[in-house]
Amino acid sequence: MKSRPSIFLGIIAILVSALVFLVPFAFIILTAFKNKQQATLLDFSWPDGFHLWSNIVEVVTTRNWMMVTAFINSTILTVASVTLLVVFAAMVGFVLARRKTRWNGLIEFLILAGLMIPPAVVPTIWLLQGIGLFGKLHGLVLIEVAYGLPFSIILYRAFIATIPRELDEAAIIDGARPFDVFFRIILPLLWPVTVTNIVVQSVGVFNDFTNPLYYLPGNANATVQLTLYNFQSQFNTSYNLLFTNILLITIPPLLVFLFFNRHIVAGMTAGAVKG
Amino acid sequence: MTVLSEAGSAPTHGGRRAIRRSPYPGWFFLPAALIYGVLFLAPTFASLYFSLTRWTLFNSTFIGLDNFAQFFREPFLVQGLVNTVLYAAITSGLKVVLGMLLALLLTSAIMGRGYLRSVVFFPVLVSTVGVGITFTVLMHPTQGMINETLALFGIKGPGWLVDPRLALFSVALVDVWKGVGLATVIYIAGIVAIPKDYYEAARIDGATRWQNFLYVTLPLSRPATATVIILSFIGGLRTFDLIWAMTRGGPGFASDTIASVIYKQYQAGFYGLSTAGNVVLFVLIGILVVPLTMFLNRKQGHE
Repeated sequence: MKSRPSIFLGIIAILVSALVFLVPFAFIILTAFKNKQQATLLDFSWPDGFHLWSNIVEVVTTRNWMMVTAFINSTILTVASVTLLVVFAAMVGFVLARRKTRWNGLIEFLILAGLMIPPAVVPTIWLLQGIGLFGKLHGLVLIEVAYGLPFSIILYRAFIATIPRELDEAAIIDGARPFDVFFRIILPLLWPVTVTNIVVQSVGVFNDFTNPLYYLPGNANATVQLTLYNFQSQFNTSYNLLFTNILLITIPPLLVFLFFNRHIVAGMTAGAVKG
Repeated sequence: MTVLSEAGSAPTHGGRRAIRRSPYPGWFFLPAALIYGVLFLAPTFASLYFSLTRWTLFNSTFIGLDNFAQFFREPFLVQGLVNTVLYAAITSGLKVVLGMLLALLLTSAIMGRGYLRSVVFFPVLVSTVGVGITFTVLMHPTQGMINETLALFGIKGPGWLVDPRLALFSVALVDVWKGVGLATVIYIAGIVAIPKDYYEAARIDGATRWQNFLYVTLPLSRPATATVIILSFIGGLRTFDLIWAMTRGGPGFASDTIASVIYKQYQAGFYGLSTAGNVVLFVLIGILVVPLTMFLNRKQGHE
């Protein structure tokens, strides 16, 4: 008896959600399959032929294989910055959760400020130029670490608070150095929240558009999000290529979504509710 | 076993002196503090000075509050300011309402719940620029799919992104499309955490579904509401990439926000003015978000 309205409601919800959320993605895929003439019509129609492969080849080889460079850059950027983020944020989260000092209030204030305040762009560029990191990939890595730290620290601190202190104390009694206590005993226990951190931050860094735009100018340094931006004017009339590009850069988040959906949702809600 | 546990409990009673070095070394803060301090805090403080200068990156001339005066005098800069607040209010308002409705739907016993949750959430993970470009095409005034569909029903669709009065709202709608999934999962987490006893008690008192929502779900999911509002409000105030991908602040300056003004002034070489934009944005976030946070997180009990 009770399940009948839910089926009815369910069917409506599925239809509406398909229209609102799936049609735009279907449009991307269909357009990526089309040739230039048909794509120009911008309509929701079945492709005349299978042009996906030639579109991909063209997108990838345009401007001296810029797409390949961009994927390499984005991969380096994501892996390097997320690795540093995880280690440094876990270290801060650990000491912040364990040691109560009069500095804790100030540190927590700075973390919250980092979540709210947008970075001051031009002064950051000026500073990066001063220390020779402007327009360098490793400079952008450090930028992403700086901007991602507050969120990661909050996730770690909340999780570390649930790990019993007796564990560290037992290890200390057994003669472990603080360094070993953290890296060999605590850090492995943080694995669940580390996975969450890795997944959420990787998606964020990979999809980041604003920071590479400001701090990493130049075609040689393009990240995948910037290829889209650069191609937007060049492919102005070649919508098939533009949408092939969108399709290509949507694949990594799609894979993450398929394998780690639960972690992302857990991380985003936990971080959000506590932040 | 007994020996071990006795030894383990010793430091907690014996205090710090038993261990010469703290097991929680202060230098663990160092790498994070260095990166955060140099690349985030230092520029933020520097911006307070540079916003008061005419600046070429190589030298700066102190000009007092001229940049700010310009910010509140030039009509297009003022419009950017108004647009920013409007955009933040619209997106966070819609995300709260739609996120709540979707969460109610997706926590009920509905068919295809897993699929629906995934489909609503997926846009959160997709590139903002990609979404922006896709919707720019879909919102094309004559050829776009949205207006062509409306035409099938005999409705003449508006010029979503080319009409100066509409452009900002159209971008805000796309922002909601992309972000409502996050609001929904936050609400789902909040609703699932409400103890079942409350609904039980409400059922015994003969509450209707509407009363259930109004007197149990709504007040008890308030932390989630606070989170969604604050998160999307801050996100709305800071928004740049979607606006830039869809309208570049146009037509004219109709959909400029502070963040896009900052970028435009930076490109034009007005570094002092651009930095002043940043300071205006800090102040705006300070005077809007801090009271909002305090209001939403105030002690409950008098509702």
